[in-house]
This record gives sequence, C-alpha cells and structure tokens, in this order.
Amino acid sequence: MEIRKVTILGGYGRGGEKERVDQVDLEMGDLLSIVGPTGSGKTALINDIGLFAAEDTPSRRRILINGAAPAEEFLDDPAKNPIALITQHTGFLSDVSVASFLDTHARIRRSGNRDAVVADILDFANQLTGEPIITDSAMTELSGGQSRALLIADAVIIGNSPIILLDEIENAGINLTRALEMLRKYEKIFVFVTHDPRITLSSDYRIVMKGGAMQNAITTSLEEKRIGEKVTELDKIIMGMRDRISSGERMLEKEFRAIMDMTWLT
Amino acid sequence: MKLIMCAGPPTSGKTTVLRQVARRLLKKGRRLAYLKIDVQFADEDELFRNEFAIPARKIYSGDLCPDHASVLVLGDAVKWAEEEGADLIVETAGLCLRCAPYIVGSLGIVVLEATSGMNLPRKIGAMLTLADIAVVTKIDLVSQAEREVFRANIMDATRIEVLEADALRGIGIDRLVRRIERAEDVTMPLMLKGSPPVATCTICVGKKVIGWEHHFGVLRKLDTDLFYRGE
Repeated sequence: MEIRKVTILGGYGRGGEKERVDQVDLEMGDLLSIVGPTGSGKTALINDIGLFAAEDTPSRRRILINGAAPAEEFLDDPAKNPIALITQHTGFLSDVSVASFLDTHARIRRSGNRDAVVADILDFANQLTGEPIITDSAMTELSGGQSRALLIADAVIIGNSPIILLDEIENAGINLTRALEMLRKYEKIFVFVTHDPRITLSSDYRIVMKGGAMQNAITTSLEEKRIGEKVTELDKIIMGMRDRISSGERMLEKEFRAIMDMTWLT
Repeated sequence: MKLIMCAGPPTSGKTTVLRQVARRLLKKGRRLAYLKIDVQFADEDELFRNEFAIPARKIYSGDLCPDHASVLVLGDAVKWAEEEGADLIVETAGLCLRCAPYIVGSLGIVVLEATSGMNLPRKIGAMLTLADIAVVTKIDLVSQAEREVFRANIMDATRIEVLEADALRGIGIDRLVRRIERAEDVTMPLMLKGSPPVATCTICVGKKVIGWEHHFGVLRKLDTDLFYRGE
C-alpha cells in the first residue's frame, strides 16, 4: 500500500479539555517535531500514531492513513505495518544474539535477502556508535547507544517503513548529527519527539504539547532554519571536543577561545 | 452463556486485562460472573465485586494442581453463573504451564508479557498452544522491534491470534472485547481441550469430562474442602 498522508485527529488533554490543534496532516517527505516539557504528552502522541489510535487510547485521538481508518492488518502483520516506532528504550530484554534477533525480525518483516539486510543494518548502526556492535553478542549486552543505533538502523532498513517515529534520539548516546544526515537520505515521513534545537529547527513544523494536549502547531520560519544550521555547526564543535576527550586528549584554552571568537556564530 | 478462560504466568497481567475487558463488556450491557482459581492467595474476587458489583468468587486449590481443581469445580461454577444469568470469566493461576485449563467451546485467552524471555513461547506448552488468543501485555516496556520478534516466536510455536495490549492504559483492549463478543456459547457436557501430563488420577489418565461427579480419588466441589471418593 502506498502511503501518501497520515492524519492526526485531535482528542482531549489530561484535564478533559478538547485539544486546541484539532487536525494535523503529514504528507510524504514531511519532517515534524513534537516539543514540550517533560510530562506534557509527547511520547503518548507518537504512541497514538504508532498504535493507530482509534479513540481507544487515553487521549481519544484518531489516526487516519491516506484519509481513511487504517486496515487491521497493520496491527496483525508486521510486514504490512507502515510505521516504525523507535522508543526511548536503551536496553533489550531479548536473550538471543544480535544476529538471530535481526534475522527473525527480517523474516517477519519479509525484507528480502536476510543476510544482506542484516549486514546493511550493522553497517548503518556502526556509523552511529563509538564501539562497533558484534553480531555474536547477546542483545542484552549492548550498551544504551548501541541499542538505540541498532533500533534506528532496524527501523530504516528492515522495516523500510514509510513512516518513522523517533522518541528523543538525542538522549541515545549516538552521533545525532550523523544520524540526521543519514535519515534525511530517505524519503519518508519523520516524526521526532525532541528537546533538541538542531532537530526542531530543521523540521518543517512542530507541535507544542501541554497538559497532554496539542497546544499549537508552528511552521518553521526561514530565519529559524538558518539558526538551525548554525546550531548544528556549533554541535559539531562540541562533538569534536567530546571525541577528543574520549580518546584521551587534553583540552587547551587557546583553542577554546578561538572557537568562542568565531563571528559566524553571532 | 459464554465461558472465558484466562490463563498465564504469574504477574503477566491477567487481572489487569480482565478488568479492562469487564469494564467494557458491562458498559455494553452484558452480565458477568467472575471466578478466580489460585493456589494459596487471591484477592481479585473482592476487586471485581467492589469495582463492578458483579458476582465474584475464588477457590484455593491448595495441594491440588490448580488446573485439576478447575476441572473439578468448573461444572458447578458454570451452573452458578447460569443462575446469575451471566457469562463466566475464569482466571486461573495455571502454574506448571504443561496443563491447560481451556474447555471445548470456551474462549481460551493466554496472557503473556512482552518482557518475558524470547523463548517463553517455546517453553510453555498447552497453556499457549491450546489457547484461542494470546494477549501480549506491557508492550510499552519494549521496543517495537522486540515486540514484533516476540510475536513471531509465538506464531512459530502455534498458529494463534495475537493481540498486543498496554492493559494499564486500556490500549488494545477494544479488539479483545470484539473477539469475546464473537465467541460462541459453551455446550454441555463441558470437556477439557487437552490431556494433562502425568497419570495419577482420573483427570491425569485422560478423563476430560468436567465436574467432580465424573471423577474419583481426592476431589472437591466448588463449596467444599477436599474429600475422597472411590473404593
């Protein structure tokens, strides 16, 4: 089934009041951020999308695919599910090896040549992590960052899902700037729950959450997009520092001063 | 009347699923009775009585296997629910996981948690393979990928309908309720679906008919303690 549009029909906030944003339409290729303080209902909103809410979740929202109620087979057959949801879990409970887990997942998602798919996932994931993932290790042995990297790679490659929902990937201990660059090569609908200005300012628009309800939908201005690019540059500098400290180097004040003096930041 | 038999390992979320189901079925005007079969402690009968004001009771199987206890008392319990004009929901402890409490014509629901090991579906036998539906709970605690692999491991163990639920928040319960509404009424005589392993009593040697009056050895009724019947 070709996915062209996902619609969120508003429900109710935690206090029972109707959501101020009553409809959001996501077209193929759109990048949406969901922002708001902790506890404002961001994760509940992407879970509603991931579970194809039909007024059967606490928010009473409805999700439409191509303007109609989603087929039940989306929920019953993972191979037909157009949505991949990357949750905040940074650990696995599966007592199986990485290779066997990915092989089983590729089988049920009917992803074609399984060996090739598993190799692609590891290649993708290892570009986001510090230490590479070893396929013989148990899923339970992966670090938080490795787990998130593997889940992102899994969603993009095994699922080849047209709709990808990501919950706070900035907390994952992965190379976020690199992850965003790699994700943007794919034509999909991306929904990010995030506190990170790099992600928010490079999105097409953002939904602001409060009290469990969609409070406002803001289109990103050109000015904001320009700021976003600078924030990304700034982040690359901080990432560079992080990598140097991680590999045992010392930081020098004169280098830091040179960074702070860079006029393009202001 | 419908007979809904719910089994599953301890702490898998059986009671939470059944409370959500009961709330929805009662709202739709169905009458329900609830029986909990457990080994040595249960308070779910009070919970159902207080929350929903429906007839609810419990039995402790004590030294009997809970699935054996279920065979003995279920005949009486079905009559009790019939007199109340209600469908009967039975929640069992299902301890050794090798027997299964399901009755021919009942709707057998096994509740498994997504956080249990990936091999769980292969480790448990009849409790899963003879069920009609597997409900996977606590889906909010695992990633989508893990949830899908767990589902695959269930389907590899047995071709069965799998529904995923976050029972605490009532997510995924509406589909289970629709499945229960489609369930057929039970017909007499009530018969167990599978034979329990180990042969030491009339139930063990494969006599599947439900109700203490059909069995010999150490028995109990819904309203009595253990007693002996035989030579």
